[in-house]
Amino acid sequence: MFSTDRRVFSRFLSCATRCFAFFFLALAPGSALAQGGELRFCLRSEPKTFDPLLVDDDASLSVRYLTGGVLVRANRKTQDLEPELAESWKLSKDGKQITFKLRTGVTFSDGSRFSSEDVAFTMQRLMDPALHSSTGDAFRSGSGTVSTKILAPDQIAIIFPSPVAGLDRLFDQVAIMSAHSPKKEAAVLGPFMVAEYKAGSSLLLRRNPNYWKKDSQGRRLPYLDSIRLDIQSNRDVEMLRFKRGELDLINVIDSDYFDRLASSSPGMAHDAGASLDSDFMWFNQVANAPIPEYKRAWFRSTNFRRAISQAINRDDLARVVFNGHAQPAVGPVSSANKFWFNSKLKAEPYRADEALKRLEADGFHQQNGSLFDKSGNPVEFSIVTNAGGKPRERMAVMIQEDLRKLGIRVNVVTLDFPSLIERISQKFNYEAAILGFRNVDLDPNGQMNIWLSSAEDHAWNPKQKSPETAWEAEIDRLMRAQASSADPKKRKESFDRVQEIVAEQTPFIYLVNPNSLSAVSAAVAGASPVILSPQTFWNAERLTLNATTRASR
Amino acid sequence: MNAARKLACLVVLSVCALSLAANWLAPSGYSKQFRDAPGAPPSREHLLGTDEVGRDRFARVLYGTRISLLLAPAAALISTVLAALVGGLAGYLGGVWLRLARGFTDLFLSLPWLFLLITVRALMPLNVSPIVSVLITFLILGLLGWAASARVLSTSADALRNSDFVLQARASGLHGLRLFLIHVVPNLKPVLYAQFWISIPVFILAEANLGILGLGVAEPLPSWGSLLRELEGLISFREEPWRLVPVLLLIVVMTSFQLLLSNEEVTA
Amino acid sequence: MLPSKAIVWQSPLARVAGKVARRLATIAALVLLGGLLSATMVRLAPGFDADERELDPSLSAESVQALRQARAGEHNIVGFYVAYLRGAMRGDLGISHALGQPVQSLLRERWPVTLRVAGIGLLLAWLMASTLALTACLWQRQAYEIFGITVSGAFLCIPAAVLALLSVILEAPGYLAIALIVFPKIYRYSRNLLAKAYSLPHITAARARGLGEERILAWHVLPVAGPQMIALAGITVSIALGATIPVEALCGLPGIGQLAWQAALSRDLPLLVNLTVLVTLVTLLANSGADVMIHMLRPREA
Repeated sequence: MFSTDRRVFSRFLSCATRCFAFFFLALAPGSALAQGGELRFCLRSEPKTFDPLLVDDDASLSVRYLTGGVLVRANRKTQDLEPELAESWKLSKDGKQITFKLRTGVTFSDGSRFSSEDVAFTMQRLMDPALHSSTGDAFRSGSGTVSTKILAPDQIAIIFPSPVAGLDRLFDQVAIMSAHSPKKEAAVLGPFMVAEYKAGSSLLLRRNPNYWKKDSQGRRLPYLDSIRLDIQSNRDVEMLRFKRGELDLINVIDSDYFDRLASSSPGMAHDAGASLDSDFMWFNQVANAPIPEYKRAWFRSTNFRRAISQAINRDDLARVVFNGHAQPAVGPVSSANKFWFNSKLKAEPYRADEALKRLEADGFHQQNGSLFDKSGNPVEFSIVTNAGGKPRERMAVMIQEDLRKLGIRVNVVTLDFPSLIERISQKFNYEAAILGFRNVDLDPNGQMNIWLSSAEDHAWNPKQKSPETAWEAEIDRLMRAQASSADPKKRKESFDRVQEIVAEQTPFIYLVNPNSLSAVSAAVAGASPVILSPQTFWNAERLTLNATTRASR
Repeated sequence: MNAARKLACLVVLSVCALSLAANWLAPSGYSKQFRDAPGAPPSREHLLGTDEVGRDRFARVLYGTRISLLLAPAAALISTVLAALVGGLAGYLGGVWLRLARGFTDLFLSLPWLFLLITVRALMPLNVSPIVSVLITFLILGLLGWAASARVLSTSADALRNSDFVLQARASGLHGLRLFLIHVVPNLKPVLYAQFWISIPVFILAEANLGILGLGVAEPLPSWGSLLRELEGLISFREEPWRLVPVLLLIVVMTSFQLLLSNEEVTA
Repeated sequence: MLPSKAIVWQSPLARVAGKVARRLATIAALVLLGGLLSATMVRLAPGFDADERELDPSLSAESVQALRQARAGEHNIVGFYVAYLRGAMRGDLGISHALGQPVQSLLRERWPVTLRVAGIGLLLAWLMASTLALTACLWQRQAYEIFGITVSGAFLCIPAAVLALLSVILEAPGYLAIALIVFPKIYRYSRNLLAKAYSLPHITAARARGLGEERILAWHVLPVAGPQMIALAGITVSIALGATIPVEALCGLPGIGQLAWQAALSRDLPLLVNLTVLVTLVTLLANSGADVMIHMLRPREA
């Protein structure tokens, strides 16, 4: 009896030692690539929809990026177009047709087979005129229906009624949905899938067991087990939780917090340089806006707008509001957009005396420190901006001070977003406004609705029946030219000219391009923050969590 | 007056004097932006440092005192008077008036006034002078802040209605409004004073929250509310302890005021 | 000699039943009115039709028009409200625009959180305030008085958002933030009421007779200050509910307050109407309950 016990005991001991050794090795640093773990970060707002074709807001975009499988992926770091679900593709010469050769052997997260039928189904749904999605509208270059031709289970051709500029890149936004699966939009092709959703609180994404991508050593991606997204709109709380180690990354961080983080934990703060975003100011030029006639005359004068632009100290804005983490903006396209940026243009330098000369040329004169127009009206106007955006509020206060030196009195009014939108796009009862533009796309064709005078987002004077000024007519012509051309060089020529006209006429007074700032904790390995969204988790499928740093929390 | 009251008096007087002397003590003014030193710590030129766009915080505290400590008590007075009228009068009259007032007050407490405020902002012109915007803000606060204490007052006045000395006063020929003002209101003083003292800081803070809707004190005018909201971005008080000065100052001033008048609150 | 008052239970069952029925009817009418008024306020406020997505340049003109028409069904406020009431009787409270979920399930999963946070916070606030106020009245030392004023004043002057952030920093529970927000208001009122009650002449007389402090408190102070304290308790419920909005939003507690903040930001009419109805109901019940208690405890004239 004694010997049996000893044998059992020794077997138990060896087994335990083996288990122990396995545990030790798995947790030891520098061991084979750590698998698993849960990445945690915050969404700034509630995701409005999980239908990938209807996605429009930031939070839903992030979820779609992580769960959706696309045909081609624009690599956020190199900006090259890479094959994903499509092994190769061919664009026709006229820019109207694209043919994809799809990857075989791919299945959705629920196991159903992926084939060209799913791509056809997705495109048909996307191009349904009743859908009203921004992803679908980006493909709409002209009237007519879009047709899909299934050439083989792994080959599909999509034909558009008129040429679409930058057609292949647009497919980076189209997440393929299943045509047949009973799970509908819950069946995904991306690295993660939605597991739990608590409205207003958090969202849990789990690894997709059927994800097709493997790394160079043949291991199935993603490395992470799950991603937890908490819904937290308050940046102070987000920063607190990051510092405490409850969050692993902050995708976009304010410059105040960035500096504090950089001084306490320099490795965690990343400044990727000027982003594609811009903040700008514009004046209301709508013909029948409910503002005094003499003010409308000021705002419609190019001299007035240029003078205001020259009177604003952009270097101060970049330095004070963003702690140096911003560049003075030049125009519609940021200098970070290497191909499309018109490198001949420079940001408007601060020249208050020239600004005054320009104004005097228009009949303005200074008296007792205040500026008056030629009819004797004191120059006073209001700037509306959205509340809660501290950088814009601060910029408005600084612009107020800059213009006060010219004798112009500015009233800063911060409004809640819906009231602001109603004022600037429906009622037009505003004088000047400061807003920002979040550019997701490198291709300026996405800005069509801003530059066309007949369009909705032509902020200073939308939905014109016919262009009210010669320069707006010229911009219309140039934008249409770049949209219908397939030659990138010709398109760049047209758009360069658009940028020049915008710099001369200043319908938008571009202020700054903020830098892309993000925070990544030491626990995350493989992160490489970039300027294109999503800045920190664009390579989520290859991110890993450093096991020892995690274990010590 | 004992030592504590003397100290309180001194504090109140010196704060008033300082704020009136703001022009001399802080000649740079509350709006000048020292853009070379945003968010700077205290120094000889800037006793409390500078705010995020480089404005001298000490100047903003002094000028803000004028605005907030003048207008917030005025708004508190408005709300106290309204509470006395609605709550006290209804309780005193009793019967259907009391029920009506109570229902009205309860409804008033539950409605989302945020949307009314948004509508008010939309009706106001965009280019309203800062002084006018301040007055309108505090007027609105006064008009909205009376409901909670009106409820308590209605109970107090209801109890007083049938009390001995009111019956006695009626018997001796005193009626109506005079009876209300001479005999009932003084007995409502505990609640009225409590309402007044609570409302002042509440309105100072509420004014800052109204800034989100476009109401509130217009830039570049400083207000205590906006100075107190600076605390929100503070992750560690150890890093920038001078940012606590506005809130400490407000606490000290409020405490001194209340100490000075604390006897008034309980005597009939 | 001042007559001492005895407290007796007042009405027989039938009269009570009638009064209760009348009260409930009043509450129901007020709740319905509150819902209609709030719906009107939300509808009339500017920006009702405005959607953030309008500013997205990739949307075509038709899509923007569709966005603007999305709320067309809610333009007729009376029609909307009638439809809402009909649905509510079936148990369907509408669907929230902002969160895309039925309001009924949202409220059902969130009200326990708010009940817990606001309830414990309120109890804690009352405990702190009444202890402080009572001891101030009994002890009668000026230093203590100053201490009370300063402490309660301090928490009154700190913005609610800052208190909530502090509780996140210190990893304190959410109900503590609510307690700190509400307690100064309770303290000020109750201190004044108790002090007034203690300053009445018959207290001095009772003390002169040699009555112990506990008996003075129970038989002479509380009957005078009691009714008003109960009324105060009624309104502190609505103050606590108001305090849950910043606290839940910042502390990440998935309760009704967080919902209210979301709804207000996005002008979510179905959600806002339901929340107003809920808040009105709770406020009315709390205050009516206080009224009833005061009425029942009212001393009968000897």
